[in-house]
Amino acid sequence: MILSTPSQRRALLERSKTVAVVGASNNPMRPSYTVFSYLRTATTFDVTPINPTIAEIDGIAAYPSLTAYAAERGAPDIVDVFRKASEVLAVVDEAIAIGAKAIWFQYGVVNDHAIAKADAAGLDVVVDRCMKVEYARFHGGLATAGLNSGIITSRRP
Amino acid sequence: MPIYQTAAYVFGSSEQAAELFALRSYGHIYSRISNPTVAAFEERMASLEGGLGAVAFSSGLAAQLCVILCLAEAGDHLVCSQNIYGGTVTQLTVTMRRMGIETTFLPVDDFEGLRAAIRPNTRLLFAETVGNPSGTVADLRRLADIAHDAGIPLVVDNTFATPYLCRPIEHGADLVLHSATKFLNGHGTTIGGVLVESGTFPWANGRFPLLSQPSPGYHQKVFTETFGEYAFLMRARVEVLRDVGAQMSPMDAWLLLQGLETLGLRMEAHLRNTRAIVEFLRTREEVAWVKEPQLGSIFTFGLRGGREAGRRFIDALQLWSHLANVGDAKSLVIAPASTTHSQLSDEEMLAAGVAPEAVRLSVGLEDAEDLIWDLDNALVAAAHGGVSV
Repeated sequence: MILSTPSQRRALLERSKTVAVVGASNNPMRPSYTVFSYLRTATTFDVTPINPTIAEIDGIAAYPSLTAYAAERGAPDIVDVFRKASEVLAVVDEAIAIGAKAIWFQYGVVNDHAIAKADAAGLDVVVDRCMKVEYARFHGGLATAGLNSGIITSRRP
Repeated sequence: MPIYQTAAYVFGSSEQAAELFALRSYGHIYSRISNPTVAAFEERMASLEGGLGAVAFSSGLAAQLCVILCLAEAGDHLVCSQNIYGGTVTQLTVTMRRMGIETTFLPVDDFEGLRAAIRPNTRLLFAETVGNPSGTVADLRRLADIAHDAGIPLVVDNTFATPYLCRPIEHGADLVLHSATKFLNGHGTTIGGVLVESGTFPWANGRFPLLSQPSPGYHQKVFTETFGEYAFLMRARVEVLRDVGAQMSPMDAWLLLQGLETLGLRMEAHLRNTRAIVEFLRTREEVAWVKEPQLGSIFTFGLRGGREAGRRFIDALQLWSHLANVGDAKSLVIAPASTTHSQLSDEEMLAAGVAPEAVRLSVGLEDAEDLIWDLDNALVAAAHGGVSV
């Protein structure tokens, strides 16, 4: 199912524990590093980089592929994707094969064919959203920067 | 909402401090960049305007300056409505021009002229929802189409309308500015400004290298790549606000938060009184003309006796406050030509729609009967060349 509402994304984040970040970089200037580092240091997710070109990020061992990750760790709750839109079909195929529950396409990673395939295979799908931003939306982070969380409540998170 | 009267914030750990400084995590570092009380005001403004987020500033002019600095540098160009506040005109024609940023001014309804004035180096189109003090109401949808056809954002000062009467983002605006000093505060106690961004403008369209190229001001970060739809708001805060230092104080944000809680109630009362006063003025033979935008509670009128009669009229008022502000709970009066717009040349003043004899009223929340009593006395005094009462 394509999760298009804030409450659907919130529920996904709340029911998920493990996150495999496909294309996570160890270059601190890259957005994928920013999100990986945020998820590692500011949340309780068990987060792992998936990248065949690096050994680790900040002490967390990287796996060369989702298949390699699943062989040791089982299927991740969320596959968070930082790859060119044209190259994500293979990531979707692998995510389906290992039984991942959800796939999250980051900003700009929009491939209609890949989205439809993941949706048809029963995965929860988030498109063109940032996992860091969505987590921060529901945990008070956005509000610290004057950003509109869209949440109107008398109880601050 | 408490007043977080603090300069800085204790870090949880060295790792958290480093993550905050690298913009990888959310949280407060130093109140020049963000503060919880100010952030509450910002988020509420973003919510009221239907935007993605907001950044508050020490004044409306500071908010405007920071929008320009976020998008433009020396050698760039802006296109601006000429039906605007005199302080904006001088900011653009004097200070910005000295910094190498040129502005072309045109009537806000000269759509073909505005379209033709946009050059390859033009970075934004600027207008006021309701022009100060001319009362000209901008056709935001047409202006947005002109701006977007050229790949630039429409920036709208929504001070006079407030989000209660108009939400420019719903009509195509990309950036909305306020002098928060006016209706948002509502009691004339605080100078402040705020910008709200829609989050829908394509800042990576090639026309805004300050957002889409590696930034030397922040470790060569590419804002559009790192922050996606938040690119503009993040750069406005962590680079421009950081470097300019024109942040809103927590105390001022708290006063503005009090004001926002009654914005809707006050606007209804402002409008009710405005109707009564416009009707009254239109019955008076001393009044030559009334120019009323039918959007908000600020308008101008002229007396048959011209500028001199206007001066006598203002000096004869007892209840109305003669001061340089608008949007207060109290009723306010001023002659723009000799005050708020006096730095403009005669030509600029004519272009801005400021008649030399114009008297500007900002109708407050007092009993309309009392306000009309005062106007009545002053009209008589002005016509007879002396003070009555």
